[in-house]
Amino acid sequence: MAKWMSVAQIKEKIGESSAEEVTASYLEVIGKSKINGYVTVSDKALEQAKKIDVEGHDGPLAGVPIAIKDNISVVGLPNSCGSKILEGYVPPFNAHVIEKLLAAGAVVLGKTNMDEFAMGSSTETSHFGPTANPWDLERVPGGSSGGSAAVVAAGEAPFALGSDTGGSVRCPAAFCGVVGLKPTYGAVSRYGVVAYANSLEQVGPLANNVEDIAVLMDVIAGYDRKDSTSIDSKTEYRKALVDDVKGLKIGIPQEFFGEGIHPDVEKAVWNAIHKYESLGATWKEVSMPNIKYALASYYIIAMSEASSNLARFDGTRYGFRESGENWHTMVSKTRAEGFGTEVKRRILLGTYALSAGYHDKYYLKALKVRTLVKQDFDKALSAVDLLMAPTMPNPAFRIGEKIEDPLTLYLSDVNTCPINLAGVPSISVPCGFTDGLPIGLQIMGKPFDEPTVLRAAYTFEQNTDYHIKRPPEVA
Amino acid sequence: MAYENPDGIRIGLEIHVQLNKLKTKMFCGCSTDYHNAAPNTHTCPVCLGLPGALPVLNKKAVEAAIKVGLALEGEIAEETQFHRKNYFYPDLPKGFQVTQYDYPIVGKGKVVIEGEDGEHVVGITRAHLEEDPGKLVHIGSIEKSKGVLIDYNRSGMPLIETVTEPDMRSPKEARRFLDKFRNILEYLDVFDGNLEGAMRVDANVSVYWGTRVEVKNISSHKGVERALLYEIMRQKNVIRRGGKITQETRHFDEGRGVTISMRTKEEAEDYRYFREPDLMPMRVTGWIPAIKETLPELPDAKRARFIEQYSITDMHARALTSKIMLADFYEGVCAKGVDPKTAATWAADVFLGELNYRDLAISSYDGKTIGFIHAKDPAVENSFKVSDMVELVTLFAEGKVSDRAAVEVIRIILDGTEEKTPSQIIEEKGLFKAEDDLVTRAVAETIAENTAAVQDYIGGAEKSLNFLVGQVMKKTKGTADAKTARELIVKELKG
Repeated sequence: MAKWMSVAQIKEKIGESSAEEVTASYLEVIGKSKINGYVTVSDKALEQAKKIDVEGHDGPLAGVPIAIKDNISVVGLPNSCGSKILEGYVPPFNAHVIEKLLAAGAVVLGKTNMDEFAMGSSTETSHFGPTANPWDLERVPGGSSGGSAAVVAAGEAPFALGSDTGGSVRCPAAFCGVVGLKPTYGAVSRYGVVAYANSLEQVGPLANNVEDIAVLMDVIAGYDRKDSTSIDSKTEYRKALVDDVKGLKIGIPQEFFGEGIHPDVEKAVWNAIHKYESLGATWKEVSMPNIKYALASYYIIAMSEASSNLARFDGTRYGFRESGENWHTMVSKTRAEGFGTEVKRRILLGTYALSAGYHDKYYLKALKVRTLVKQDFDKALSAVDLLMAPTMPNPAFRIGEKIEDPLTLYLSDVNTCPINLAGVPSISVPCGFTDGLPIGLQIMGKPFDEPTVLRAAYTFEQNTDYHIKRPPEVA
Repeated sequence: MAYENPDGIRIGLEIHVQLNKLKTKMFCGCSTDYHNAAPNTHTCPVCLGLPGALPVLNKKAVEAAIKVGLALEGEIAEETQFHRKNYFYPDLPKGFQVTQYDYPIVGKGKVVIEGEDGEHVVGITRAHLEEDPGKLVHIGSIEKSKGVLIDYNRSGMPLIETVTEPDMRSPKEARRFLDKFRNILEYLDVFDGNLEGAMRVDANVSVYWGTRVEVKNISSHKGVERALLYEIMRQKNVIRRGGKITQETRHFDEGRGVTISMRTKEEAEDYRYFREPDLMPMRVTGWIPAIKETLPELPDAKRARFIEQYSITDMHARALTSKIMLADFYEGVCAKGVDPKTAATWAADVFLGELNYRDLAISSYDGKTIGFIHAKDPAVENSFKVSDMVELVTLFAEGKVSDRAAVEVIRIILDGTEEKTPSQIIEEKGLFKAEDDLVTRAVAETIAENTAAVQDYIGGAEKSLNFLVGQVMKKTKGTADAKTARELIVKELKG
C-alpha cells in the first residue's frame, strides 16, 4: 500500500479494501521504523478499525488513522509526556480533541515521542530517547512534537496531533518537511492536554498537505465547555482552501530575518515571497520593534507557568514514586529521579521568576513585554493580511549538537515563540531544501483568521512541489 | 458609655466558609454532598488534579459570593480574577490552590454587631472565592501516626474567605461577630453551619495596640473565644514579664486550649501567586441587579420588622432572628393566630433555652416542623411541630396549663421518642391546671397546717412565703399556677 496518502486517498482506499487493511498497512510501516517516532503503538488500533468496517461509520474520518502526541490524553494509552515521572499513568479520560476524533471515526495508531513535558526543540529531552529526522537519521526532527512530525514525514501516519507552546508544532514541521499549524489561542480545546504553559499553548495538526490540516481542524476546533479559554469561531476550515492570493497583502517583518539566519533559509523564504508576488499578492516590509524581547519574555512566562503546572507530579497519586521516610523526602526524591535535567532547569527558573523580590522584575516585566509584542502584531496586521518569515532560522541540527548548550537551543525558538505570546495563528509549510534538509515558511495571520492563513498556504502548495518531496532514507 | 478597651485589644478574623449549600464543587461537576460518603468517591479528573484536566468556574459560587458581598454591604468588584497559590502539601492535588489575590470579588464592607457598648461596626476588608483542599486522615494521633490517608472528596469544595478589619475589642465581640456572620450566611441560604468543617477561622490578635499574632486552625466558632482568651492572656503575660511580642503564626490546639508557635515572619512562605491562566478574568457588575432582587430579608431587617409587626421586645426579636429557621418557625406559630407576644416568650425564652441546654442545633424547618441535631453528634436528631407550639401556647393563654406544666410538656417532647401532642401529654401526666377552688382549698389547708410559717411571714420573713407557696404546689401536685397561689396566700394573710 502506498505511503504518504492524503486523507482523501485513504478514504478511497478504505472504500476499495477496508479500514482494517489501511490501519494494518500503517502498523506494518511503523513496525519497520528507523526513527523512534512512537512511544506507544496502540494495541487497540486494529480492533478500532475493524469495528468501523463492521458497524459502519459516517464520520469525516471514518477509519482514518492518526498519531497523537504523548501529552494528549487517550483512555487506555499511557500518557507519558516523554517523562519518567508519569511511568505507569494511564489517563481515565479522553482529551476533548480525542473525543472529537473518535466521534469522527479516526483510529488512534499510537502516541508519539516528544521533548519531556514539551520542553525542548529537538525531541532529545525525552525519557524514551531521541527521535530521528527522516531526512537525515543523524539529525533531530525538531521539537517538541518531533515524534508527530517525524512519523508524518516518514509515512508512519497520514497526519498527527501535536501541541505548540513556543513553536512545538511548527519547528518540527519545518525540520521534517511537513505542514504544521498553530491555531489561534482558544480555537482548540486544551482539555486533557498536559499543560506546559497554559496561556501560550494550543493543540495543532501536522500533515503532508494543507488540505489535511484543514480536514483535521474542522474536526477538532471549536468551543468546549470544559476549557474556559476555548471559543467557537465558527470557522469552516476546508472552505478556506482556495487557490487564489490575488490582492493579498503580505508583510515581511525584518526582525524575523535576524543575525545567524542560514543564507539558504533566507533565500528559500524570499523565493516563496516572490512566488506569491507572481501569483498576484503584494508584499511590503513591516517593523515589529519589540520582537527582539519576545524570546526572553516567552521563556520567563512559560517557565513560570510550568513551575506551577508540574507541581502536581509528586508521586502521591499516580506515576513514578521513589520511596522516602516521610512525605516530603518521598516527593523530593520522586521529583529528583522522575524529572529530566531540562525540566528541572525550567521548574527552577520559573520558581525563581515568580519568587517574592523577583516577581516584578521578571514575571511582571515579561507580561508587559508580552503586551508590547501583541501590539506589534496588531499594528503590523492592521496594514497587511498576513506576515511571512522563516519558521526556523536554520535547518535541522545534529542529534547531540546543541543539547549541552540550553541557551543556544532556546535561541532556535526565536521566530516561533512571538506568535504564542500574541496568540495569533501561524502555519509552517515546506518551501525549499538546503543540503537535503527541508526549510519551512512561516505564515502568520490575524486572530481567528485561519482561513486567510490556510488559503495562502494552500495556494503556495498548489503552485509548488516541495510538499510532495519524500525523505529518501525511509522511502 | 463608650467601651474603653483598657488592654488595647485588636482582633481581626479570617473566616473560611464552605458554600456547602451549592450542589456542585467550585471547578467541576462533582457533588458537594460528600459528608456521609466513602472516601474519594466524590472526585473526578478536575478535583483530583489529573494531568490535562482544566477548571470550569461554578457560576452559582460566583452568585453566592456576590450575595454574601451585598449582605456584608461590600463593594462588588468590577473585574475579578483567580490566582494560583503555590505550595506542596499532600491534600493539594495540583500543588497549588486556585484562589483570588489582588482582584477579590468583594471589597470593603461592614457588619454591625452587639458590641461591648451597644452597636459596634466591624469593617470587612475583603471576601474572595477559593477551592478547598482535600482532607488528611491520620491513623491514630498526628504525632504517632505511621501513615496518612487522603480523602479528596473535599477537594475543590467552594469556599469564601472573608477578612475583617481588626475592629473587635474582646473575644466576646469576636464570638458575636462570628454568630452574626454565620447567621447572615444562613439567611442567604449559601451555608449550612452544622456540617463538619463548614467554618474555619484564623484570628489576628494584639494587646496594648501592639504587634499582632496570627492564630490559625480554629475549627469551630465556639473555639474562637477560647483561643483568643488564651492568646490575650499569653501576650499580656509576656509583656508583664518585660518580654516583646513577635509577629508570628501560632496554632490553636483545641484539645488543650492553648496556642503553639508555628513560624515567625522571617520564615513566612512565598506562595508565588500568579493569575490562573486557565480561567478568564470576569466582569460581574451586570449580574448585581438580578442578584439583589433575590436577596432575602436579612437579620437586622427581620428583627426590626418583628418588633414592629408583633410588638415584641428587642431581646426577644434578637433571639428569634438569631437563626433563620427559628424566625420562620416563630412566624409559622404566629400565623396560626396565637398571641405573638406569648409565642415570643415561649419560643425565645423557654424553647430556645431548652435547646441550648440540650446542645441541640436547629438544622431544618419545612414550614410545619423544626428539626435539630445534636451539636456534638449529628446522628442524634429530633424535631418540634409548629402545631404543638400553637397548641401549647393556646392552652397556656387560656389558662388551662400552668407555666411549669407547659415547660414540662416542651421537655417531654424534646426528650421523647413518641409522637404525642401537648394535649395527650397533659392528659397522660395529669398536668391540667388545677381548678381555682382546688387551689383556694389548698391555700386554706396550708395556712391552717403551718402556723409557724404563717406567723413568721406576718412578722416580716418574706422567705416563709416561698415555703407556703411550695406547700400549695405540693398539695396540688404542681398543677397550681405558682403566681396565683402566691397571690391567694398574700391576700389571705395581709389582704
